[in-house]
Amino acid sequence: MSTLIVDDQVTSASPVGDAEGPVTDAPLIYFSSVSDNTHRFVQKLGVPAARMPLLTKEPTLRATRPYVLVLPTYGGITGKGAVPRQVVKFLNDEQNRVLLRGVIGAGNTNFGETYCLAADIVAAKCGVPVLYRFEVMGTSEDVDRVTTGLEEFWT
Amino acid sequence: MSEKLKLVDRVQAINWNRIQDDKDVDVWNRLVNNFWLPEKVPLSNDVQSWATLTPEEQQLTMRVFTGLTLLDTVQATVGAVSLIPDALTPHEEAVLTNIAFMESVHAKSYSSIFSTLASTKEIDEAFRWSTENVNLQKKATIVTDYYRGDDPLKRKIASTLLESFLFYSGFYLPMYWSSRAKLTNTADLVRLIIRDEAVHGYYIGYKFQRGLESATPERRQELKDYTFELLFELYENEVQYTHDLYDSVGLAEDVKKFLHYNANKALMNLGYEAMFPSSVTDVNPAILSALSPNADENHDFFSGSGSSYVIGKAVNTEDEDWDF
Repeated sequence: MSTLIVDDQVTSASPVGDAEGPVTDAPLIYFSSVSDNTHRFVQKLGVPAARMPLLTKEPTLRATRPYVLVLPTYGGITGKGAVPRQVVKFLNDEQNRVLLRGVIGAGNTNFGETYCLAADIVAAKCGVPVLYRFEVMGTSEDVDRVTTGLEEFWT
Repeated sequence: MSEKLKLVDRVQAINWNRIQDDKDVDVWNRLVNNFWLPEKVPLSNDVQSWATLTPEEQQLTMRVFTGLTLLDTVQATVGAVSLIPDALTPHEEAVLTNIAFMESVHAKSYSSIFSTLASTKEIDEAFRWSTENVNLQKKATIVTDYYRGDDPLKRKIASTLLESFLFYSGFYLPMYWSSRAKLTNTADLVRLIIRDEAVHGYYIGYKFQRGLESATPERRQELKDYTFELLFELYENEVQYTHDLYDSVGLAEDVKKFLHYNANKALMNLGYEAMFPSSVTDVNPAILSALSPNADENHDFFSGSGSSYVIGKAVNTEDEDWDF
């Protein structure tokens, strides 16, 4: 059980910037829908992490240091709408985009060609690598590989 | 069915402008956008390929598809419908009617494949086999019994295990043929079914977890124990069924890895940790890439295995929301 409380990483609302939302210095920022699958995976990593607001209308986060983004893809036929709107809003903020260093995708291979497509789209648009892909909420092996991978990635 | 059918107690006009659970809308939209019919898939292009299969391979394929037809029939006529009276929101009821209908589309799709590739005699023989195969009948009976039980959350467990686990002994075969460039149009159709089942399993598993939120710790433990007991019961039967089908072509061990891999995902859909260790879920990479071209290991940047790794290929998503 991780002792991490993700909200600890989110400090008071920022008065400046386009994002207008809470400021975070977490090295991992993620979106997870109410299904909480991605949230569970991130909790298992045991690193400081900040979760984007569930609703698009809420002010989004503002990153203040380089970070890795974790985001899910749900099964759709085409790429249209693959990236959650909350993530689009977050990345429309230039500072958030500039600080993005890599993407980790969540999904299900049973979605076929669109498996982790949202991660591919964000990586292509922002010119950063897709670091890893995992399914649903990740196995213990996924957690080990990402934990080690992120440690090496930041050193 | 002799017992009286359980129905929703009271029906109110469904108001899609008042949503209690956004997931209902998300999943409804996803299912509607994913809608398809077998007539859209050019199955007749597989006729020549079908002729290259040995009689044994053809018989195996027919049997696999009748087995899948049976499960889809169960899910359409009993499974998804049995979940409706337990729905937490009116929109969940609507999503379940969509799921039930698509299961009927899936069941009918296999008949489209049959009529394209096989003779009436072969089709009848395969359906006869499906009624006589003990392990296939047993799996349908186990799940149907749980659907008829009186516990709404146990019904969701049975349904999720059906959607996310029980289909995969069958789904393996068209992926196998596809990886060998055979029956590729049939595989395209089955991929559409697999994608639908993935959304169904995700949604029903999610609703199960919502139902758990108000449960006592004792009740949670009971349901967790129940999930693993049912999975073991179904798994043992599934292994027998896999041997019945695939021993003649020597693929049973490979299929079992695929079963383990999918059992893990079924558990995760219900919010439980994966159970099978990676040593027994190492699915043949050819099968994985037949399932999803994105699934290969070259995408693992961390392990350094991605020598062919490139920074994201350009993807045209036509989304207007981006500001850059």
